[in-house]
Amino acid sequence: MNRYLAIVPAYNEVGAIAATITEIRTAAPGFDVLVIDDGSTDATAATASAAGARVVRLPFNVGIGGAVQTGYIYAREHGYEVAVQVDGDGQHDAHDIPRLLEALHAEPGTHLVTGSRFLGPPGGDRSSAARRVGIAVFARVVSLLTRQQVTDPTSGFRMTDRRGIELFAQEYATDYPEVEAIVLAHNYALHTHEIAVQMRPRTSGSSRISTSVSAYYLVKVLLAVLVSALRARPLLEPGPLGKTARP
Amino acid sequence: MSSVGAILLVVRASSTTTTLQRVAVIAIAVLVFALVFELVRRRALLERYALLWLLASLALVLLAVWKGLLTHLARDLDIYTPVNALFAAGFVFVVVLLLHFSLVISRLSEQSKTLAQRLALLDDRIEQPSELAAEPDARRSSAAQQRTRAAGER
Repeated sequence: MNRYLAIVPAYNEVGAIAATITEIRTAAPGFDVLVIDDGSTDATAATASAAGARVVRLPFNVGIGGAVQTGYIYAREHGYEVAVQVDGDGQHDAHDIPRLLEALHAEPGTHLVTGSRFLGPPGGDRSSAARRVGIAVFARVVSLLTRQQVTDPTSGFRMTDRRGIELFAQEYATDYPEVEAIVLAHNYALHTHEIAVQMRPRTSGSSRISTSVSAYYLVKVLLAVLVSALRARPLLEPGPLGKTARP
Repeated sequence: MSSVGAILLVVRASSTTTTLQRVAVIAIAVLVFALVFELVRRRALLERYALLWLLASLALVLLAVWKGLLTHLARDLDIYTPVNALFAAGFVFVVVLLLHFSLVISRLSEQSKTLAQRLALLDDRIEQPSELAAEPDARRSSAAQQRTRAAGER
């Protein structure tokens, strides 16, 4: 068993899951691959299992946040030191995982590293124009709240250490969790960092954020982020290091 | 249900009601009371929610029996027609009830999410127990976390 875990949330991703797992296993051999099957109705779980991943099956669809959190709980209980989230649809390039790990260890005190589409030279899939506007709004709000530059708060390609694992195992938004997780990490005094990555257009399935729900998405996440900023600072940091979050 | 009574009261838009109307309102309130009681008896309705409806039907009986209570209340609140006081009270009651149900639903979804996660993880442990023996610590700390969480929700 490795000390590092790749959490792959998947919902009806039978077309892309095997390639995603194989890529992680070749590009980042130090990582155990855990697929969280979020109540898929197709053969996602069996395909993932055959491709060499450990598969945890949720009894019904709980949403991306609940699925990813299941992975963090697993990581906490099995004592993993580092966890990386990789989408099951093939958008994230597993060859970036070693770079994420490098960035996580490069600066002591960095607890969360996100792969950003918008850092670095243009390239790869950067989502549609309409979505980029939404992402820019989030980036602005999150940058203000966390007092540091955040370029891609909606990226689900991120790596965290034991502190982040403990935090997310305990608290994680159920739907559209990525933006909130960055603010949450900031509220618990975990330092976050971004590195440039390129993403690919998804190879199968469909995005969970259709145009019709994107307005709801925007409002819901903004509300959640603002509320979490107004929430009282937690007294304790999660995890074994447990000390006060703010002096 | 209180609005059904209100509709009966509004039949005559004066501050006094006929005996027939009062009997009708009392009958409806008693029916509601009996229905709620029966639902609890069949374990279809939890006592804590039943209490609310029982109190509402009691309030309706009180208003029907006690002539002038509604008229006085309305006058004290500067509401011209007593029935409007009834509508306002019924509306507030329903809104508070809906908010309460939203809270209950939120808690239930949170709990069902946690249950789904626990179930999935336990399933995984049962199917592949080999790694379990190596991590007695993890199990203990997870149980402790659960207890802390449960205690925190009180």
